[in-house]
Formats: sequence, structure tokens, C-alpha cells
Amino acid sequence: MTANAALILTSAAVIGCAVYLILERSLTRVLVGLVLLSNGVNILFLVAGGRRGRAPILGSDQGGRVSDPLPQALVLTAIVIGLGTTAFLLAMAHRSWQLTGHDDVQDDAEDAAVRRLAAEDEASDSFDLALGAAPDEVPEEEGRST
Amino acid sequence: MTELVPLPVVLPLFGAGVTLMLAHRPAAQRVVSTATLSAVVGISAVLMVQVDRSGPQVLWVGAWPEPLGISLVADRLSALLVLVSAIVSLAVLVFSIGQGMTDDDQDTPLTIYHPTFLVLVAGVSNAFLAGDLFNLFVSFEILLFASYVLLTLGGTGARIRAGTIYVVVNMLSSALFLIALAAVYAATGSLNLAQLSERLAQLPGSVALMIHLLLLTVFAIKAAVFPLSFWLPDSYPTAPAPVTAVFAGLLTKVGVYAIIRTQTLLFPDRPLSGLLLCAALATMVIGILGAVAQSDIKRMLSFTLVSHIGYMIFGVGLATTAGYTGAIFYVVHHITIQTALFLVLGLVEYRAGSTSLIRLGGLARVAPLLGILFFVPAMNLSGIPPMSGFLGKVALAEAGLRVGTPLAYALVAGSMATSLLTLYALAKAWNLAFWRTPAEAHDTARTLSDPHGTVVRHGRHLHVHGSVFETRDVEEARRVVDEDEESDLDLQQLMDADALPRRMPATMVGATAGLIGVSLALTIVAGPLFGYAERAASDLRDPGDYISAVLPGGSR
Repeated sequence: MTANAALILTSAAVIGCAVYLILERSLTRVLVGLVLLSNGVNILFLVAGGRRGRAPILGSDQGGRVSDPLPQALVLTAIVIGLGTTAFLLAMAHRSWQLTGHDDVQDDAEDAAVRRLAAEDEASDSFDLALGAAPDEVPEEEGRST
Repeated sequence: MTELVPLPVVLPLFGAGVTLMLAHRPAAQRVVSTATLSAVVGISAVLMVQVDRSGPQVLWVGAWPEPLGISLVADRLSALLVLVSAIVSLAVLVFSIGQGMTDDDQDTPLTIYHPTFLVLVAGVSNAFLAGDLFNLFVSFEILLFASYVLLTLGGTGARIRAGTIYVVVNMLSSALFLIALAAVYAATGSLNLAQLSERLAQLPGSVALMIHLLLLTVFAIKAAVFPLSFWLPDSYPTAPAPVTAVFAGLLTKVGVYAIIRTQTLLFPDRPLSGLLLCAALATMVIGILGAVAQSDIKRMLSFTLVSHIGYMIFGVGLATTAGYTGAIFYVVHHITIQTALFLVLGLVEYRAGSTSLIRLGGLARVAPLLGILFFVPAMNLSGIPPMSGFLGKVALAEAGLRVGTPLAYALVAGSMATSLLTLYALAKAWNLAFWRTPAEAHDTARTLSDPHGTVVRHGRHLHVHGSVFETRDVEEARRVVDEDEESDLDLQQLMDADALPRRMPATMVGATAGLIGVSLALTIVAGPLFGYAERAASDLRDPGDYISAVLPGGSR
């Protein structure tokens, strides 16, 4: 099988941007990232379909190469599923905004507990002192409420 | 007789449509969904007997010529899992009907509960029956979509917060799954499992390894195997009790099932045993250490859920017939027992208003029946003989010892330690929630919620009226109190205020007791069940029957 370099590079660029956006804090950006990601993955299916050819329509046999229809069918399914999840996530972002006034992904409960414990933990200070460094400053509670 | 194969998928979907039309007639909805799931239980029981007698049943949907269409395949493993998941979801449905009839919970709009629940069941059955990778992907999406809706029912703050993480993690894993599918198709030109079984073996090692690792990563996220399990304990406990129960029982097991298929059908010659065994050890030990640290029973059970996934991966990682037998038995045991325990917690929450160990106390006197209902599955989960948890663990340990590598010995030791720590965590919950008097719990809770109270602090421990608490528990108690929207009252105050229901509805108790009965019956039928699991495992080890049943003309 031969792969199309342009498609692979496009897909890589799109997925790269998607990863950057998914790592953001705001749910809307995460959402845009996920949409980009699914598009990048869909392009990968076109790569998997092999070389280009005529449209694979039954009865229009004019000779020459026919492109593989199966990856296109798979991509269609993936696009439909992606539409559904995007709509759901949008609704969740909206609800989150209704409830809290922002759509930032909120702190993991466990994470917040660990951070609060770390802020009070004498053991970590003594560890710092033993190394000859100043004790950690107690991190300020972040502005948003969790 | 392949007509039965699609019914566990089609019937719930049909039922979902009917219940959606009956949105304004809750009574009719209940009848339809209960009848549908009962029918699915019956059909899958017949299917299982049939498969055991006459080999894998295959149906090519839409009657396309053989390697082109979508195939549904029921072999011994999938028929067993379809049956168990149908029984469990029926019990959960009856439980939730009982809950919905008695309290008018504004958080759970019942009109969409029944259709969504049925779609979830259809997705789970479809995942077990899928004969090609893309159909597996679609069934994952079906069950995930239903789970998104169920997890965020009512859209309260806590559920939206937990749901965001859950949805984003699962969308990412779906994208990874699609990448894996594209890679598989580009490398082999097929997505049919039986065809892949032959074609993947001919690939160069590095390509096959990449595809293998991609698939394992995707399924490990679904199954919550250790480095990829972070999302589970945070998202499950916030959902309504029956939803948590069905998620805990079924969704992670779908991931385990997919891992079993990957290991046996797709890559039988390259089992990556070392990687899976290390992941299993980490899952068991780290999961249970998380459970020990929790002060809310729901969160604690979510961590034991992660931890016990490790047992199944242990059996799969051994890649021997005995290992697969143990893993299959353990999956069946764990589906029933974990669901039963979460249902009991639903009852605790209903009867006592909370599942926090800080606030609960004296339940043994307040509701003795609840005590029995909690005690039996708790002991079963931690593996007290002669219950099925013990039998499953012994089978896995025996399989590990028979392999006899140092890593296998380490896993046997790890599984024993995990079993003990599970017992410790559950016994802690049992003592605090059931055997303190409500007054003691009340005093403790009041002292803890008052930061300047008479708490004696010794380093990391707090001494309150003779009970010792870790400082961590106190912090968490404050956090739980801060975060939850439930009332800040403990059991004593609620009882004084007469705010609690005095009796538990018979439907809820009946569904829970029924499921516990099923889990105890697993002990009684352990012999035949082990025989069946062993036959299923040897099918897995030698997929020739499966392949020739799917592709009678040979693979092209």
C-alpha cells in the first residue's frame, strides 16, 4: 500500500493543534480541540483507504481504479458519532456556565484534597529544611471555588 | 438457529423506542422496560445453552456475502457475559423503579431514564456480540452515550463536574480507538475479528506491536487499568445509586472483555505478558491503597472496583488456559458482587441519608436487614471462603503458581495482600457505619465540623471520644461537607428530626437481595460454572472453531 504524504502531514498538524487545545482549561477550547482531533483522525482513515480512484458507485463502470469505499463508510459513521458527542459536550459546557459562571474544567476532587493536604503537611517542610532549603510557602487558595 | 443472536441487542433498542413514546405514562414505561429485560435474560440463557452445545453462533447482519457485512458472533465467553449483564441490569432496573416510585427525586427525570437505560443494555450486549472491530467501536459509543446521559441526570453541579471529566476522557479514548482502527485497516485491509486473527499474524513485528499497544491502551482506559484509571473514582460516585451500580458492574467489564479478545483472537502469539502482569499488579495494589484512604463508602467502593479489575488482568496476562478460566469466573463474580454492593449503598443512602463514614453510625440497630445485605456481599468481595470471591481468587492464584515465573509469584502475593486490604477497608466501613451508636457518630461529626472543637490531635491522628481518625479523613469530611449539596445533618440529627423514611421499599430490598442471591448461587453452581469457563477458555486459546464458524469458506 502507498500512503499519501500530504494527508499524513495534514492529519499530524491537525492532531497536534488538537492536543494543544485539549490541554487548555476552558471547556470550550477543549471542545474545539476534540472536534479538531476527530477531524484529524478522519483524515487518517482516508490515508488508510489507499490511493485515489474513481467514486465507487455501482453501475458506473468506466474502467480504471476505484477507490476503497469502506474507509469512507467508517468515516461517515465516525462523523455522525462525533456530531452527537460535540452537541452533548456543548450542552454540558453551557450547563457548567449556567451553574458556575464559567466553563473551566473544575478541579478533580481528589486533586484538590491532595493539594490542601500538601499545603498543611509538616513532613514536606521538614524534608525541605533537611535539604537546607527554605520551607515551601503555603500556596494560596486559587480564586475559583471548587 | 442463529435468530437468537441479535435479539439481546435489538430487543432493548426496540424497548427504548417504545418507552420513549410512552414518556408521559411512567407506569407503562416500567412495564415495557421490565418485560424487555426479562425477555433478554431468557433469550440469553437459551443462547448460552445453545452455544455450549453446538459451538459459536454467527449471524451476518443484512445477509451480505461473507467477509463484507457486519457479523454478530456468540461464542461461549460472549454468551455467558450477555446473560450475566442482562440479569444484573434487570436487578438494577427493578431497584431504580422502586426508588423512583417512592421518592419524587427532582434530580432524576424519569421520562428519559428508561429509554437511556435500555440503550445502555443494548450497547453492552452489542459489545459482547460484536464480530468486527468497527462494530465494537460503535457499541462502545452506544453504551458511552447512554452513560453520559445517565451520569449527568438532572445536571446538578457535582454531576456536571464529574461528567465533564468522564466525557472528555472517553472522547479521547474513542479518538485513539479510531486511530487504531485506521492503522489496522491500513495494515490488513479488514476489520473482521476472525479475518484479522489470520492477517495480523503475518504483519511485521513492529507494526503488529504498535497496533497491539494502541488497542490495549484504548481498552485499558475503558477497563480502568492502573495508569489509566484516574477518571473512575472521581466520576462514578456522584451519579444516582442505580446508575453507579450498573456502571460499576458492566462498563469496565466491557473493557476487560475487549482486552481478552485482543489477547486471544487478535494477538495469540504475542501476549505481552510482562506488561499486562505489571499493570495488573499496580492496578490491584494502588487501587486498594486508594480505597483504604477513603471516608465515603461510595468512593471507597469505586477504588476497590479499580483494584479488582487487576485480578482479571492478572488472569488474562498469564495467557494460560487456567489463567483465562480464572479471569472469566472472576468477571462473572465481580459483575454481580460489585453491582450488589452499590445497590446496598443505594439503600444505605435512602435509609440513612448519607454514605459518608463520618456521619453514619449505628445502622445495625436502626436497620438490621441493611446490615445483613451489606455484610454478605462485602465478605464475598474480600474473598472469605466459601463464597465465589474466594473461589475466583484461589483459581487465579493457582493459575499464577502453575506459571511459576518470579513475576507470577509477585502477582499471587499482590493479590493476597489486596484481598486482605479489601477486607480491612470493608471492615472499617462495617464497624463505623453499623456498630457505632448514632450518638457517637453524631458527636464525632459535630466535633469534626467544628474547627475549634475539643479534638485532641496527635500528629496524623485525631482522637475524638475514643475513636481514632486520620487527619486526612477529617480533611476529606470537611471537603465532602463543603462540596455536596446534601444536608449537613448526620444520622442522629436526621433521626431526631424524623426526616428519614422508616421503611425501605420492598422493590428496592427485593432487587438487592435477589442480586445477592445470584452472587451466592455462583458459589453453589461454581463447579458447572468453572467447567463452562474452562471450555470458554480453551475456545479462546484455540480460536479455530471461532474462525471457521465466522468464515466457513476460509479467509480470503
